[in-house]
Amino acid sequence: MEEDRNAGDGAPRPVFEEDLCKGCGRCAAACPRKCIEMKSAFNRAGVKPAGYKGSGCVGCGTCFWNCPEPYALRVERGGGEASR
Amino acid sequence: MDTIAQQGMYPEFPRCGKEHARSTHYCAGCGHGIANKLVAGVCAELDLQDRTIFVDPVGCGVFTYYYWDAAHVSAAHGRASAAATGVARARPDAVTIAYQGDGDLGAIGFNNAFQAASRGEKFGCIFINNSLYGMTGGQMAPTTLEGERTTTTPFGRDPALTGHPLHVCEVFDRLQAPVYIARVSVADTRRIMQARAAIRRVFEIQRDGGGYALLEILAPCPTNFGMDPLKAAAFCMGEMEREFPLGVFRDTGKGVRGNGAAAENAQAAPESPFLAVKPVPRAASCAELFAEPPGAEAPPPANDPSVPERRFKFAGFGGQGILSLGICVAEAARMERRHALWFPSYGPEQRGGSASCSVVTSGTAIGSPVVERPDVLVCMNLPSYLRFAGDVKEGGAILLDESARDAPPPPPGVDLITVPAIRMAEELGVPKAANTMMLAALRKYSLTGLDPASLENALAASFRKKPQLAEKNRGLLREAESRLPDRRGGAD
Repeated sequence: MEEDRNAGDGAPRPVFEEDLCKGCGRCAAACPRKCIEMKSAFNRAGVKPAGYKGSGCVGCGTCFWNCPEPYALRVERGGGEASR
Repeated sequence: MDTIAQQGMYPEFPRCGKEHARSTHYCAGCGHGIANKLVAGVCAELDLQDRTIFVDPVGCGVFTYYYWDAAHVSAAHGRASAAATGVARARPDAVTIAYQGDGDLGAIGFNNAFQAASRGEKFGCIFINNSLYGMTGGQMAPTTLEGERTTTTPFGRDPALTGHPLHVCEVFDRLQAPVYIARVSVADTRRIMQARAAIRRVFEIQRDGGGYALLEILAPCPTNFGMDPLKAAAFCMGEMEREFPLGVFRDTGKGVRGNGAAAENAQAAPESPFLAVKPVPRAASCAELFAEPPGAEAPPPANDPSVPERRFKFAGFGGQGILSLGICVAEAARMERRHALWFPSYGPEQRGGSASCSVVTSGTAIGSPVVERPDVLVCMNLPSYLRFAGDVKEGGAILLDESARDAPPPPPGVDLITVPAIRMAEELGVPKAANTMMLAALRKYSLTGLDPASLENALAASFRKKPQLAEKNRGLLREAESRLPDRRGGAD
């Protein structure tokens, strides 16, 4: 998966649980770095989910707070620290 | 590592009954979802989960007991503030939080909430205002804006007929007892962060035994606004905030009283395409209102024991036209003088969740509309397939949209037919017509036992109020049928 391209390098990044996404687009619209996109393939729930573009995340957590789902999205801020 | 918001929630929501154990029941872009995370986060952050008793409402927020890891009491519709009064008095050390919506608090439960506030009961009331009744299908609530279209104000709320929007914070701000009254929003990041700080204040007041606190949260309801989630959030920040300005009305903890901040936020209302009052057309008589329109009359059913009973189940997301697809098949049967029953089933969450309907057609009178073992199952997505596929009778058939990847095989003796309904509808430029694509498949593969012409006429009849759409959908039906691959035999 594309969003795993930088996994493990310590850079901040949003981590999506793709099948929990309902495709509302609030995270992508809110991201100040515009580094989240809506995917073209359906997830298991039958919607087109959000995903990380692969670069640009600064770990601000904005996407997390805009997401209505508790477990669809978290932000890793280097060293494995999660979003507030 | 879990986030702090997740620490306030159960690790899984098995009682919610979704295919994914960590999915909520809320629609895409629902303001409740964001507010739920904020509340859970604050409760965990302040280390108050073991002291907190939530009093849950009736409305879309009813299932917070699936999510928040704390004690819960569920109240009858509108009674959360009354139940919270009892809880707070019986357990003075508890942090008691009532969570209510605008249909719940603003309408049927207004007096309960208002009197509890007036008495200064020691609980916090979190009040979600999305300007309408969400769970029951988007009816007008006391908070509905002037000119806003809801299912019960289809021509826009007209104050002359149904009054003006109820400003709960402003009304409660006339009372002596409340110690904190504020209105926030979850429509964008800045507002979400303000909402989080305000929720924290409500919990702190309860932790410290401070008294009654009211926090109104403006929340978008994309489903019932009839907007995509981003437009719904914009509506929440524009039209809703002009009617319901954000601000702290009262926080006696800081020695501040008054609503100056809120008044400053109010702006002159520019024209909005969403807020226009139109005159209500008048029907000449009841007979005219309830008369069957031309083309809709069907003869009474003829008893013909040679026509076997056939049971159908249609399932998908609400909003995918599943219920109308079922009506179409039932209507087609009615046109052929068969007995037909249509029976819908949907959850409180409407478009966000699953919707299904059952149809039974028969040559003789039908005993029950409940379909436990369908002959034909139509699924628009994987969750519907996983839920219903096992029920299909041997020798039956399942139509499944191709977007449902990794579907397990059907039960033995059941024919699984994958149909590119959503994709075909998109390719034909009418994404909403995925249900018509499924109808095309039902017709092409002879799964209904009905005359192909009846199905087409029933489809056209469903658009009797919009004749141009009727013709268009006839065209779509034929086009879809020609694009679908041939199958050997057919399940009929």
